[in-house]
Amino acid sequence: MRKSAFLTTCLLLAGIGLGATGESAEEVLRIKPSGDVKVLDPMLGSDSMARNYGYMVYDTLFAVDADLKIQPQMVDAWSKSDDGMTYTFTLRDGLKFSDGATVTSADVIASLKRWSVNDSLGQQLNTNGATYAEVDAKTFTLTLSKPWGLVIDALGKPGAPVPFIMPARIADATAPTDPVKDYTGSGPFMFVAEEWVPGAKLVFTKNPHYTPRAEAASGFAGGKVAHMDRVEWLIIPDQQTAIDALKKGEIDINEDLAADLIPLAKQDPNVVVTKQDEIGVAQQIRLNTLQPPFNNPKVRQAVLHAVDGNDFLAAVLDDPSLGKVCPSFFICSSPYFTDAGFPAPDLEKAKQMLAESGYDGTPVVLLDATENTNIHAFVTVADQLLQEIGMNTRVEAMDWATITTRRKSKDPVDAGGWSIFISGPGGLDYLEPVSHLGLRSNCENAWFGWPCDDQIETMRADFAGLSDLEERKALAAKIQARALETVPYVPIAVQYQIRAHAANLTGILTPPAPVYWGIERK
Amino acid sequence: MLNFVVRRLVSTIPVMVFVALFVFSLIYFAPGDPAALIAGDQASAAEIERIRLSLGLDRPFFLRFFGWLGDVLQGDLGVSVFSQLPVTTLIGQRLEPTLSLMVMTVVLSVTIAVPLGVVAAARQGTWIDRFVMTFAVIGFSVPVFVIGYILSYVFAIRLNLLPVQGYSPLAEGFWPFLKSLLLPSVALSGVYVALIARITRTSMIEVLSQDYIRTARAKGLGQGPILFVHALKNASVPIITVIGIGISLLIGGAVVTETVFAIPGIGRLVVDAILRRDYPVIQGVVLLFSLGYVLINLCIDLIYTLLDPRVRY
Repeated sequence: MRKSAFLTTCLLLAGIGLGATGESAEEVLRIKPSGDVKVLDPMLGSDSMARNYGYMVYDTLFAVDADLKIQPQMVDAWSKSDDGMTYTFTLRDGLKFSDGATVTSADVIASLKRWSVNDSLGQQLNTNGATYAEVDAKTFTLTLSKPWGLVIDALGKPGAPVPFIMPARIADATAPTDPVKDYTGSGPFMFVAEEWVPGAKLVFTKNPHYTPRAEAASGFAGGKVAHMDRVEWLIIPDQQTAIDALKKGEIDINEDLAADLIPLAKQDPNVVVTKQDEIGVAQQIRLNTLQPPFNNPKVRQAVLHAVDGNDFLAAVLDDPSLGKVCPSFFICSSPYFTDAGFPAPDLEKAKQMLAESGYDGTPVVLLDATENTNIHAFVTVADQLLQEIGMNTRVEAMDWATITTRRKSKDPVDAGGWSIFISGPGGLDYLEPVSHLGLRSNCENAWFGWPCDDQIETMRADFAGLSDLEERKALAAKIQARALETVPYVPIAVQYQIRAHAANLTGILTPPAPVYWGIERK
Repeated sequence: MLNFVVRRLVSTIPVMVFVALFVFSLIYFAPGDPAALIAGDQASAAEIERIRLSLGLDRPFFLRFFGWLGDVLQGDLGVSVFSQLPVTTLIGQRLEPTLSLMVMTVVLSVTIAVPLGVVAAARQGTWIDRFVMTFAVIGFSVPVFVIGYILSYVFAIRLNLLPVQGYSPLAEGFWPFLKSLLLPSVALSGVYVALIARITRTSMIEVLSQDYIRTARAKGLGQGPILFVHALKNASVPIITVIGIGISLLIGGAVVTETVFAIPGIGRLVVDAILRRDYPVIQGVVLLFSLGYVLINLCIDLIYTLLDPRVRY
């Protein structure tokens, strides 16, 4: 009796299992992204998931290729006037939005105007007097009041917020601080709003009106051919569950795989583990330069001498190839990377420098986002290191949302302020001096920590006027030399984001943000 | 009876107002800024401030509280700061998975735990009793996520019978629906089986020592009718109480289970909202939970009158 009941149960479960293998004619790609898309507007801010969503739904005038070179994307041809003040752009044929309407110059102009309010390069474009004029439906001009060398860099920038192109009826009607509510886009996929479950699922379908470029896809540039009819982003909060789902074939791609699960993923012959991109994220110690002790540049220099990125990486990575120490303020893959003048880690020297700085034991408060295992490990290492060189540290545990509020405080540490937080912004913002998030030293307008230095700001402005690569490299080296004196932040290392995907997928591209065109199933 | 129901329902109003004020205050004074999360990690303070103003997060406490309360009284729980969707829509999207999970867990728990408790009481001191009690201790002691991972490893990964994660709505078919809920509800029911089985056993032991049970036995009534007809009905008041409390506690357990099995339910909705400081969503879900808690207790009180005629309101 018991035996038959057991068999019945097994058959029932087996039946349930067999029922799961229903085939669909539609090609569906299921992905566990690195996070959830909080706001469906990639131009509202610098949120990386909003940017990734943007690359699905929108296209850009220019885009960087696999070598980070800027290539025309929606633009067919462009020219610059002899005085360098007027740029003329012609859109390529066949451009349509996902609702079937033709993309016109008016759409592009409205999109760029809206984008420029929230983007640092866009703001500089405006500061240089950018005005737009529609020549015809496919041609428009951008005229500056003074020459500025980064126009194409700005229009082709891959970092958030990206200058995506949307219909003028949406861009004009939506304030730059409000999210759009109409998701009509210019990109290879369409967002299916009806199936959106915020925090759980985003669905995209192939945009039938999209015309890819003829060139092969490369980075964010080239032909964005959507082979999949439908792409689903499934938010799976538990990393173990996500990797199990990948191994079982319930999802095809697992983005941003946790380091401790990499060996588990590698055990499965049907799973491939690779780097998401070659740029990585710029892990760094951000110092509050307004409050003691880090309002003293000599104390900041002491910390710079103390930090060995390898110690930090060892705390979070088993495989050293998943991180890289770049002794520079520019990220390793930047054309302006230089290690000139960057000090080798030396704890004794750091101790000596701290003693000479006049440090008086002022408490150093480190903000620790305990729910983020990476940040938590880095804070633990940093805390130990600072104590070793003689600093009086205090770690305050909280969640990341609290840090985003706390780090805005310019008060002393005993009045709710802070001394250090650790963060890993995308490496795209650490490629060159103008849009460099960490080097910005324009006081109140700089990133949290508010470093202030006229020399760096002057050189960053000068950089924008240069077009020769060698001249730019020389100036970037000078900026680094000055930054080694002011120490606006302390670089730790580059950490690569890891992707695990089903072995039967081909055509996966590796630009600095995940994209899902070009992917086919073997 | 009707008077009692009306009085209980009216008495929920001040409770709900207090809950609303408490939750609103707690969230208002907690650190965290949704504008900073929308703006992204790289945003400057000025950019964040622009978004704060646009969202109306700079308005004073009472202005925001009474504005929200006024909307709630009209059935409008507000709009999510992030998705810009109405909170009622977000709750509506998430209600089915959570309710399905809870119903299935309760059904499983009661179906397994009550007979176990009854048998343990009837065979008090024997190996069956000890087995049930050991099972109960394990059920209490092992965290839900551990049971979840073990079940997932065995039935989803090794045997490939059930999915690892996700939820399939009932509208897409009963089998996929059942498949998606089987492992989560078994994982979640562990602690409730333990709780209900223990209470059933204790309550039954007390009832089985009563004179009328001896009389029933003397009359030659079989063990089955004595246990399940005479004794269980009289032992059921504390069992129903603990089932009711269990349903309330399920809300907390569902958060972990929904995370482990990636079920898009209310639990995950509120956890995500807390992590992002999505105030309208947190307030809406907590109000819903509070209302659910009050109604469950009301239902339990009404069930008492059906089980025990001596109970009158």
